[in-house]
Amino acid sequence: MNNNAVKELLYKMADDALIIGHRNSEWTGIGPMLEEDLAFSSIAQDKIGHALALYTILHDVLGEPHPDQLGFMRKEKDFHCCQYVEQPIGEYDFSLMRQFLFDNAELLRYEALTRSSFEPLAQLARKAKGEIKYHVMHGDTFMKQLGNGSEESQARLQSALNNSWHLALGIFENSEFEKELIQEGIFTGEEELKRKWLEKITPTLEAANLKLPATEENKIVYGGRKGSHSEFLTPLLNEMTEVVRTDIDAEW
Amino acid sequence: MYGSTNITEEDARRMNVSDEEPEKLLAFEDRIARGEKIEPGDWMPKEYRRQLLRMIEQHAHSEIVGALPEGTWITRAPNFRRKLALIAKVQDEIGHGQLLYSAAETLGKTREQMLEDLLNGKSKYSNVFNYPAKTWADIAVIGFLVDGAAIVNQVINSKGSYGPYCRALERICYEESFHLKQGHDNVVYLATGTKHQRAILQDAINRWYRPLLHFFGPPDKMSAHSEKLMKWKVKLASNDDMRNQFLDQYVPKILELDITFPDPNLRKNNDGIWEFSDPDWEEFKRVINGGGPCNAERLEVRRYAEEAGRWVRQALLNPQEKYQVPLA
Repeated sequence: MNNNAVKELLYKMADDALIIGHRNSEWTGIGPMLEEDLAFSSIAQDKIGHALALYTILHDVLGEPHPDQLGFMRKEKDFHCCQYVEQPIGEYDFSLMRQFLFDNAELLRYEALTRSSFEPLAQLARKAKGEIKYHVMHGDTFMKQLGNGSEESQARLQSALNNSWHLALGIFENSEFEKELIQEGIFTGEEELKRKWLEKITPTLEAANLKLPATEENKIVYGGRKGSHSEFLTPLLNEMTEVVRTDIDAEW
Repeated sequence: MYGSTNITEEDARRMNVSDEEPEKLLAFEDRIARGEKIEPGDWMPKEYRRQLLRMIEQHAHSEIVGALPEGTWITRAPNFRRKLALIAKVQDEIGHGQLLYSAAETLGKTREQMLEDLLNGKSKYSNVFNYPAKTWADIAVIGFLVDGAAIVNQVINSKGSYGPYCRALERICYEESFHLKQGHDNVVYLATGTKHQRAILQDAINRWYRPLLHFFGPPDKMSAHSEKLMKWKVKLASNDDMRNQFLDQYVPKILELDITFPDPNLRKNNDGIWEFSDPDWEEFKRVINGGGPCNAERLEVRRYAEEAGRWVRQALLNPQEKYQVPLA
């Protein structure tokens, strides 16, 4: 097995989960209704749990540092999350659209990984996909309700979709190990995932009265997977490590 | 989390049941004396409904406002274990709010009206949430001592007479006891940690000491009494009794960690009653009336959440209402 290929896959998935978890957790206490505080907070908990589980595989199986080191002590350039998850929560329409687009991709990714030749990841995927199923249910339901809700809610979602589109496509940035991952049966690859994702979200968006924006290849926001990030990641990491940095030697 | 109901002089004066039908009132009071629970459809005196509604509503507000000082530390929690515990805890608090608004709605006021009264200042929430959570140690102290104080209060109230509130409280207490364990664990880590960790813990205890004494409301000799509320099992223990129970349970747990309280007069007398310096009840009143360090900020955040989320609620409830493009 190509360890570097597996590591790269695990890091980007874990970093995505940690950073989107961080963003989603920011809704705790300020959602448009208590039920949405609860939903975003639950989803955030699951994501942070997935990040921890992935870092734990990296640590236990692949000899990388302790999960707390990986989550809290790495530099910005060592993170491999896509730039989409780094974006601030914005208004609820942006966060909801991201939750919908990202989690639909996430469910398909984990479903594909249940058949991974890398057994620790396959095991985790079997457990996590059961949780992500509910995240998708949340996103799909709200898309349809608000897309068919008021004139304002429809307009807001359409504009959130337009603003998100090229960021969301950045989720599927190829890694340098695509070929190895596919050949060794570790993962079906980003291109295949993107194709399935488009098939999956298109009918939901149609049912939500929303138009898929045209894709312009040169506008897709890549870079995150190679450690090149938006201006939002450094402040996020500074906030996340604020307490740890007050006393590096302490046990918390 | 929640502090004691504070009955004002005016409230006590308004406790008038002279226009209730005497037979119904008698039967109602007999049921409570027998230990029966009152359910939403049952007959109840107007004052019973009013006081309960006020209490449950305040409690619900306290949960959602209480989520704010802690919520800002979710993104800063120092490791995975603490992060997952804190986010789950704050989520529980919001869940308690949701549960309590539902319990309060059974008395005839909608959640929307309650939230509106929170923002316009008509209804209150626990004073303790008008103080800032300045460092990570505040999260430990809130989790251990504020939740500890809330449990003292809520376990007692769960023996009350109104069914929906009691059932909500039972579930809440179960979850709060978990928060307490996490809070204690956090406090112990800081107390047995580095010099810096002990210092921020001591500082947090120093700052939270007074608000914790205030938590149970003014001393009995200063507060308006209501025999009726006791008889109706709306209020089940006096403020002083609850405060004493809290001090008895928690002061030794802090002292054994070699952390002190900023009060040379804090001691337990031979009769089992705790003595302490006057915690400045004028400050308590100031904070209740909006003059605390964070009152304005807390309501501002709630107001933002209400306003920014209006389009979502409106689209779900009244999708046909037309959207007016703002002029500017």
